[in-house]
Amino acid sequence: MCIVISLLTPYFFTVSNIFNVLRQISVIAILAVGEALIIITGGIDLSVGNVLGLCGVILAVLAGLGLSPITLIILTIAFGCFVGLINGFLVAKIKINPFIVTLGMMSIARGIALLITGGMPIAIKNGINYLGGGYIGPVPFPVIIMFAIIIMGMVFTKRFLVGRNIYAVGSNERAAKLSGIPVDFTKMIVYIITGGLCALAGIILSGTLNNASPASGQGYELDVVAAVVIGGASLSGGEGTIIGALLGAAIMGVLRNAFVLVGVSAYWQIVTIGLVIIAAVAIDSIKNLKNE
Amino acid sequence: MDKNLLLDVKGISKSFPGVKALSDVSFSVETGEVHAIVGENGAGKSTLMNILSGGYGPDEGSVFFQGKELKLKNTRDAQESGIAMIHQELSLAPHLSIMENIYIGRLETNKLGYVNYKKMAEKCKLQLECIGIRDIDPRRKVKDLSVSQMQMVEIAKALSLEAKLLIMDEPTSSLTSSETEMLIAIINSLKASGVSILFISHRMEEVFRISDKITILRDGQYIKTIEKKDAEVKQVLSLMVGREFDKAYNRAKNVFTGKPILEVKGLRDKSRIKDISFEVHPGEVVAITGLVGAGRTEVIQTIFGVNKKIEGEILVDGKKVNIKSPIDAIKLGIGLIPEGRKTQGLCLDMTVRENISMSNLQIQDHKHMMDLKQEISNAEEYIQKLSIKTPGMEQKIKYLSGGNQQKAIISRWLLNKPKILFLDEPTHGVDIGAKSEIYEIIDELSKSGVGIVLISSELPEVLMLADRILVMHEGMIKGELGHHEATQENIMEYAANQF
Repeated sequence: MCIVISLLTPYFFTVSNIFNVLRQISVIAILAVGEALIIITGGIDLSVGNVLGLCGVILAVLAGLGLSPITLIILTIAFGCFVGLINGFLVAKIKINPFIVTLGMMSIARGIALLITGGMPIAIKNGINYLGGGYIGPVPFPVIIMFAIIIMGMVFTKRFLVGRNIYAVGSNERAAKLSGIPVDFTKMIVYIITGGLCALAGIILSGTLNNASPASGQGYELDVVAAVVIGGASLSGGEGTIIGALLGAAIMGVLRNAFVLVGVSAYWQIVTIGLVIIAAVAIDSIKNLKNE
Repeated sequence: MDKNLLLDVKGISKSFPGVKALSDVSFSVETGEVHAIVGENGAGKSTLMNILSGGYGPDEGSVFFQGKELKLKNTRDAQESGIAMIHQELSLAPHLSIMENIYIGRLETNKLGYVNYKKMAEKCKLQLECIGIRDIDPRRKVKDLSVSQMQMVEIAKALSLEAKLLIMDEPTSSLTSSETEMLIAIINSLKASGVSILFISHRMEEVFRISDKITILRDGQYIKTIEKKDAEVKQVLSLMVGREFDKAYNRAKNVFTGKPILEVKGLRDKSRIKDISFEVHPGEVVAITGLVGAGRTEVIQTIFGVNKKIEGEILVDGKKVNIKSPIDAIKLGIGLIPEGRKTQGLCLDMTVRENISMSNLQIQDHKHMMDLKQEISNAEEYIQKLSIKTPGMEQKIKYLSGGNQQKAIISRWLLNKPKILFLDEPTHGVDIGAKSEIYEIIDELSKSGVGIVLISSELPEVLMLADRILVMHEGMIKGELGHHEATQENIMEYAANQF
């Protein structure tokens, strides 16, 4: 795909454009790592976009108190984890359908963000903006964070017991329970991780923009779920990879970039991304049909 | 031809992948007859009923109904021909009203599709009165009814379809004794009005109370049809189990005394287990048998911490233990190979290696970071030890045969080096070769001092392996038999509560 695009537009394969695309996908990719973990357990989190927005607002409020960047990072991520804990508790312990829990949380997070800000963006003047807007050499800082998170996600799923248990819980919850896997804990931990990643993504996004708007992150949940699904995860659980989620985010990012560079209407890009989502799952589904 | 003949089944056979469920079964039912079909678990009763009610077609043979050959494509065909089946698990829509359930698919409507509930309610009331129900409003939601009332609704539904043959699969299994009496009264009045009833039951008392004829199936074969008036309970039971005992494998059995490794005292849960006490010694194989639904699985799953217990003590190695979840049981050295490989055992999308190691990984010392080298060498060792046939340990387990999948689950538990192992129907749905391998594994484990609890519905298997046999009936242990005194007949008598 990238080759076709580079034939159409020589600008595509320049260093600055590649980093540009990577920077654009970094927020979605970071959220997609958490979402992938949740989807592998057989759950879903629709609140990622709005929790991101809320975390940005919390960051801006805390930054206004003149706290140091490190303190801000710790507090904001702790807040994100706390929101994830609420989601996870309701899903794992109270056994509410995750679609409903996170749909509710989506609305709650947006509402709180609007209440705090009164609907207006809050400017952030703090060293923490470097995380979203800074560069190391030619590499944007969010891209470095993204790759760090991807690698951590891969190590988590491949080397850590909790990561393995996530697959077992999604594949057959009953079998997992009988094998001594702490099913409820496993489910809760993925929502907590995702909450933390929402906070991290929120810090990056407000750093890029130098302000926190209650509207930021709105609608991201669809891109994030799409990235995970394009990356080969199954919404019924048990299947999916972190690297797949990155690829899914990258495919969407590259398509968006290409449409801009080639100069096709932005509306077509929306249609195409829809087609890609369906096609990615259809290929998988047809493959399964043949195996039966 | 006998004009009283309603149903004539001739030479029906049906195979499923790996099993011959029915082979060459023939029998007939007359108008107004109550005909019982009896047999052990897996004798083919349900398959037969499903064929008669259009659930699936036979591979061979034919069914004649009212003198015409039946070719059923689905249950709707069967209903239109006058055959209605009442399943063990009732198939009503709980959130709809009684009348909607009865007339589902045939609601009383005008040309625009507007439903005339008033007219339907009147019609429904009459229908319910036919089977002696006068005090229930047809508008009530089915979910608010008792199980027996739901069953009555099912019967009313069947009769509203003008069924001439009513098939009932274990109709009394979830009824109390007074509800059972009511059902029997209804069956008798239906019989008087010329409806024939074919029913499956393993409760001998009922079979003998209401049926006119009894047909016995065993291992998918037709054995015999006898008139009730000529039959005795003992005779029916021995015909049910009477196959030649498979002597291919025989385990040296013992009587165990001394300190037990597992003691269970007065175990009770909130529904299925009433009062269970037993003990297991190191190296002993204790079998828990009984009919499906007697509460056998619930007993071991409750001990294992899957289900909550309400009362009772569990002692491992003489010490009282508190097991709150499976991981507690595993840490105490207990293993559980559950029934239902696909539903409770396997993670189908995961590899053979991952399926083997998934429990053992939970109890490693430094468990948070997995020791992948150790995992691989463990999987290798057990694939070889139990000769699991797989192209490699990275193969997804769903592509293995039933027997090899089962051996992988057994490996999962052997890896934990258990002191006590529960096996729940371990040979269900595996081929003969894998079966005898599993028997050998059980024997070897017992020789190495593991206390084993085996749940099995297959009596030859129980007799072959067990040092001691506990027979359960409705949540209680009804009989305890040493290996020297147990026979298929006396086990069945305890299981059907005939003592």
